[in-house]
Amino acid sequence: MEPVIPQPSPAPAPRPTPAAAPAAGPAAAPAGPPRLATDALTAWYGATTGVRNVTLGFPANTVTALIGPSGCGKSTLLRSLNRMHELVPGARVTGRVLLDGLDLYAAGVNPVRVRRSIGMVFQRPTPFPAMSIAENVAAGLAVGPRLPRGQRAEIVERALQRAALWDEVKDRLHDSPLALSGGQQQRLCIARTVAPEPEVILLDEPTASLDPAGTSHIEELVQQLKKEFTVVIVTHNLQQAARVSDVTAFFYLGELVEAGPTTRIFTAPREERTEAYVTGRFG
Amino acid sequence: MRGRLVRRVVGSLMTGLTYGAAALAILPLAAILAMLIVKGAGSINLDFFVKSAVPLGESGGGFAYAIVGTLIIVGLACVVGLPIGIGAGIYLAEFGGGTFGFVVRFVADMMNGTPSVVIGIIVWSLVVTPMGHFSAFAGGCALAIILVPIVARTTEEMVRLVPNSLREAALALGYPQWRTSLAVVARTARAAIVTGCLVAVARVAGETAPLLFTAFGNQFFSARIFSPMAALPLQIYDYAVGPYDDWHRLAWAGALVLILLVLAISLAARLVTRAKRHAT
Amino acid sequence: MTDVPAPALEPEVMPRPTTEERWRALRAVSRGDVVYRAVLTALTLCLPAVLLLIAATLVVDALPGIKAMGLGFLVHSEWDAVHNRFGALPLIVGTLYSSAIALAIAVPMALACAVFLTEFAPRWLRSPVATLVELLAAVPSVIYGLWGIFVLIPLLRDHLWPLVRPVLGKLPIFSGVFYGPSMLAAGVILSIMILPYIAAVSREVLLAVPPSQREAGLALGATRWETVWSVILPYGRAGIMGAVILGLGRALGETMAVTMVIGNNHQVALSVLKPGYTIASVIANEFSESVTKLQVSSLFYVGLVLFVITLIVNALARVLVWQVARGSGVGSTAL
Repeated sequence: MEPVIPQPSPAPAPRPTPAAAPAAGPAAAPAGPPRLATDALTAWYGATTGVRNVTLGFPANTVTALIGPSGCGKSTLLRSLNRMHELVPGARVTGRVLLDGLDLYAAGVNPVRVRRSIGMVFQRPTPFPAMSIAENVAAGLAVGPRLPRGQRAEIVERALQRAALWDEVKDRLHDSPLALSGGQQQRLCIARTVAPEPEVILLDEPTASLDPAGTSHIEELVQQLKKEFTVVIVTHNLQQAARVSDVTAFFYLGELVEAGPTTRIFTAPREERTEAYVTGRFG
Repeated sequence: MRGRLVRRVVGSLMTGLTYGAAALAILPLAAILAMLIVKGAGSINLDFFVKSAVPLGESGGGFAYAIVGTLIIVGLACVVGLPIGIGAGIYLAEFGGGTFGFVVRFVADMMNGTPSVVIGIIVWSLVVTPMGHFSAFAGGCALAIILVPIVARTTEEMVRLVPNSLREAALALGYPQWRTSLAVVARTARAAIVTGCLVAVARVAGETAPLLFTAFGNQFFSARIFSPMAALPLQIYDYAVGPYDDWHRLAWAGALVLILLVLAISLAARLVTRAKRHAT
Repeated sequence: MTDVPAPALEPEVMPRPTTEERWRALRAVSRGDVVYRAVLTALTLCLPAVLLLIAATLVVDALPGIKAMGLGFLVHSEWDAVHNRFGALPLIVGTLYSSAIALAIAVPMALACAVFLTEFAPRWLRSPVATLVELLAAVPSVIYGLWGIFVLIPLLRDHLWPLVRPVLGKLPIFSGVFYGPSMLAAGVILSIMILPYIAAVSREVLLAVPPSQREAGLALGATRWETVWSVILPYGRAGIMGAVILGLGRALGETMAVTMVIGNNHQVALSVLKPGYTIASVIANEFSESVTKLQVSSLFYVGLVLFVITLIVNALARVLVWQVARGSGVGSTAL
């Protein structure tokens, strides 16, 4: 039976427009169709909505930051992107999430398979304690296509290099990850996420539990990662969003208020609420 | 309102009493161990381990068959009981939120409280009677029934200790539920689960009552599962209540061996879990 | 952070699949989950299945005895294998009596131990002492029995009893000649055996008392001891009751140690110095040598009674302990 291939939806609005080159700060948002996009996405916790009617595009090879005060729904939206939200009992999602035009919430789609294409890094580093560092990085490969042994080692090395951790652990690949610092463990989790080459990487407040040194490492990393992946990052740290992202989306009380190039959102936001938040009038 | 001094004195007195109670509670353990060593150590020689039990009226003899028998019967119990117990424990931890889980947990606790002698007569009725004779297999069944609920509860507890964040991380990698459960959760809890099993096995190895009517004991060497078989605790009992001083001497020796075995496993298991708890 | 270029990999390492292939991949079914859950469920079902099997077998095998003797079995005292007349009263009374003695001795000591371990013991002492108390529970019953026959009974009969006889000998509860094997010996051995269970569960219950309670007591000016007595123990009352009942459940079912020291005599007597019998002991003692079918059935009958009693007692204990520590593993791991 021929699989029904859903047609890519019409360009969702608002769309980040290619910005004029800024004097300093994050790179301009490149043009192109969004790698990942939501269409009228609403995520529920039982009877209450966590996030409502969100239509947003995440362009390829950019970093999109989701910002907003606590409880605004940014984490809920993030978890809806890789179908992690539905793991909460009583949770459900309506609407669509399109990865290269394929609706991830279409009937018959296996959420487990979705998560192979969209990786996630959490707030607290979560290395698997029963595995060595190398085994951790290779963990995601176990559910992918079969690989010959030699290739596995190469992929582990490559992932650790992309995560800027290789030099620090190359002599102790078979040690326990618990010996690493918090920042190193988080980079290990990032290496673990990128090893199976997902299309999109989601980061849920990845530096919230790290010290400033660890934080800056991760932020540099994110800038590198966008060369190969599409990155969406949730952060409650406005300065981090300004430093790291190309596109910013501001959420408030479960609704997408405004989205656009980061420089514009922070210097000339169109919505009052956005301006109030980014200028720190409320948090 | 009593005077401050009185209250203080009472407080100190009570504190002292609790010290005393703790000491008194440990005293029997020390006394038993001491007596076992005093009365039993002298009889532990090569003969003890190599010779078989002797018939009524003869002196000497050893516990060779009994030790082998215990290993075989407990081994049988493990083969059957450990997979069921561990599987049930993982189920309770991963899926056991609802009514079914509650019922199973309750059932496990009830089974843990059932006297082992009752389990012995059940297995007699279900296995020994149809077979027509006692057997190590029946003994293994009885011990397995005792083993399963203990292992299930300890496994559940250990698996529950694995933080949910690890499950989330595995799922986010695209792991299906079963792989998350086995390759990440169970693997993380592996050492703790093994320790729990060891403690349960040590406990079951010392059980006598269920073997009285299942394995029954055997004077002659038998490694055949479907024949009666000797076991260490059984022989200790037979010799302890027997009429000969020689038997009593050997019973002490057997008891010393048994308790060293049981305590060594229990102590090792507890030290490992305590060490892990401090490490994480 | 160095910007090391990644080593060049052939583009075909992870070839880009077509949209059709990707769509198909997204819809692939994970059958492993169904199998996994089914296997685990099957293994788990063994537990209730076995419990039902135990209950059913007991009932079926006790049925001949129940039909022959009815409920009168529970109140008659004569146990005569030769004439095929059986009465379980001494067994039931003996079971309850020995357990009562055990509780009377063990509960205060176990509570004192638990309080010691949670409140008064210096930190470095807590872990070793707790381990030692737990190790008491690891000692097999038959070894307690061995020690009971050759150490405890001579100790009680030859050394302790002559000392207290002038004072206690007048009481009916201590009347008669003390030969050794007795209800008292059984009670003492049982108390040693159940102490670690009561202490361990009580300790967990006391540890679950929120520190705010303790602090509140001390803030009101109470001494450490008064805080324990008036604030902490009452707070953990339900759980401690559960621990005690759990200990009772253990005592009711203990077999080997009891049968080795109790004297195995079918009689009901007030004096603890007299030998007696318990349900578990009679089964251990007489089952293998049962002569008649009725005897076997009587033993199953009395075994059924014991099963029901321990079931009720354990259920009660569970409910009480769960009240304090909702659904957690407190007290569940048989030590």
